[in-house]
Amino acid sequence: MSGDHIYSALSEEHGGDARWAFGTGFTDALAGVDTTLPEGVDGQDLALYCQMLGDDALVQAQRLVHWVTDAPELEEEVALANIALDLLGQARLLLARAGQADGTGRDEDDFAYRRGPAEFRNVHLAEAPRGDFARAVVTLLVLSSARLAVFTRLADSRDPVLAAIAAKAVNELAYHREYALSWTLRLGDGTPYSHERAVAAVADVWPLTGELFATHPVEARMAGQGVGVDPASVREEVHAVLAQVLTTATLDAPAPFPEAAVAGRGGRHTPELAPLLDELQKVAREHPEATW
Amino acid sequence: MTTQTAQAPPGADLDLQAEFDAKVAADQRIEPRDWMPEGYRKTLVRQVSQHAHSEIIGMQPEGDWIASAPSLRRKAILLAKVQDEAGHGLYLYAAAETLGVDRADLTRRLIEGRQKYSSIFNYPSLTFADVGVIGWLVDGAAICNQVPLCRSSFGPYARAMVRICKEESFHQRQGYELLMRMMEGTEEQRRMVQDAVDRWWWPSLMMFGPPDAESPNTQQSMAWRIKRDTNDDLRQKFVDMTVPQAEKLGVTLPDPELVWNGERGHYDFGEPDWNEFKQVISGAGPKNAERVERRRAAHEKGAWVREAATAYAGKHSAKEAAA
Repeated sequence: MSGDHIYSALSEEHGGDARWAFGTGFTDALAGVDTTLPEGVDGQDLALYCQMLGDDALVQAQRLVHWVTDAPELEEEVALANIALDLLGQARLLLARAGQADGTGRDEDDFAYRRGPAEFRNVHLAEAPRGDFARAVVTLLVLSSARLAVFTRLADSRDPVLAAIAAKAVNELAYHREYALSWTLRLGDGTPYSHERAVAAVADVWPLTGELFATHPVEARMAGQGVGVDPASVREEVHAVLAQVLTTATLDAPAPFPEAAVAGRGGRHTPELAPLLDELQKVAREHPEATW
Repeated sequence: MTTQTAQAPPGADLDLQAEFDAKVAADQRIEPRDWMPEGYRKTLVRQVSQHAHSEIIGMQPEGDWIASAPSLRRKAILLAKVQDEAGHGLYLYAAAETLGVDRADLTRRLIEGRQKYSSIFNYPSLTFADVGVIGWLVDGAAICNQVPLCRSSFGPYARAMVRICKEESFHQRQGYELLMRMMEGTEEQRRMVQDAVDRWWWPSLMMFGPPDAESPNTQQSMAWRIKRDTNDDLRQKFVDMTVPQAEKLGVTLPDPELVWNGERGHYDFGEPDWNEFKQVISGAGPKNAERVERRRAAHEKGAWVREAATAYAGKHSAKEAAA
């Protein structure tokens, strides 16, 4: 008796086989895209660049999943799960690309489960503690605005895989920003208490924003080759977006982004990352020979 | 919100009752605007809201594993599944609201422990194999229960169930597929799967509710065509479907009395421990307090956020009205 026969006894229809929710495809995520490295591009650089963008998404998703069963409304649990799923989908594609580009053939799970904190390349804001709902909203607003600006440009990358990933991600990120924006308005312009929480969240998040626009040498080289985007180039645009959202939400116009040096992109992290990775990796590490 | 029942003029009930009975007998759907007996409405409110609560509490045993899922693919699948459950809760609360109750009030009843949810979610999920077994057995049992509800006499409930059943069949499939992978893995993984099957088998059989002889609501619910099959019939159907799946998987179901009965054309099986069932239903299960407490804590912690949304909506609708 085949497995499918067993299932067909249970319900009338199953719909499409390959995907039943975004980001959960049962097939190779990069199937059908030309994975040849563009001419003159250093595979090691491209792999590191993909890890930077992939790790931002993976680590942010890992923070977001804790809102599921813990949010103020069921609708928010659905929305935040959806955003985490989008980011997880982006991370999987980017990490898979990293393994192709550096020639090691490592897969998405090798990167996610078998690297230590010093090998992660995400910015500190992605790993920062979850905090309250206002903190989650402001963090998402900043990260999605910056990522949307970068990915909009990345859709024209000379690397066809990065271009395809970015083209798909842009719509997702626009939704993430829209969601964060709508809650920034409600909290900022809601009750005196929610206003206070929103002010505190901006104050907590702002010191971490400068790093988002500090250029790592790999980002500079990738941008120079038309493969990546220099984050410094989107600094003003992102600031303008955030200033508009925050003032509409009756919050103070934000200070300029602080000047910051490269940190997470170079593998230097806050103490928050190690416990986050311990939780992410613990089952996989307990069963190194297992198949899932 | 008021119901049609409250608006019916005195003396009109007999005609309305006859019309209702005829509709149910003809397998037509009762819609929220239709007159319905008060007992029918109450039974549905209870069943639909308990079902909604079960979806919401049911997010927890598996949700605990999202952060530690051992591959990104499993993480994405599990996250999507738990998200679906929140969505199912939302459809079902919406269906309950068509009966004149308020979701906020139902939520209060849940977090104050005044309304029940499926007893199965009061058991702990101890290893990642539990994710697979919950998908296979718990969602499998839920599908057996729910597929007939797609033909329930109350329209909004039946329509919600059609959508939910489609998604549940994917959930069951991912669970079974995970177990298949694990059974092809290491010896330790096979032990994890068998251990999880041993722990979840009997609670899964209890999901169909008490034996028919002790199920006071079944006969009336079947007469109203809210329910379409008895608890024991559904339990038998589940066992008959699950045994070949277990054989294919290579696990043993922990019931020494489980044997094919050629005469009946069904599997014979042992009695679940109904004392345990009663204890878990009445709040003394391993995880009852924790499950409800978690929901209560999230709700209370989020109060200021809901208040902010209400205040914002009030200000902006006032501005729009003034404009």
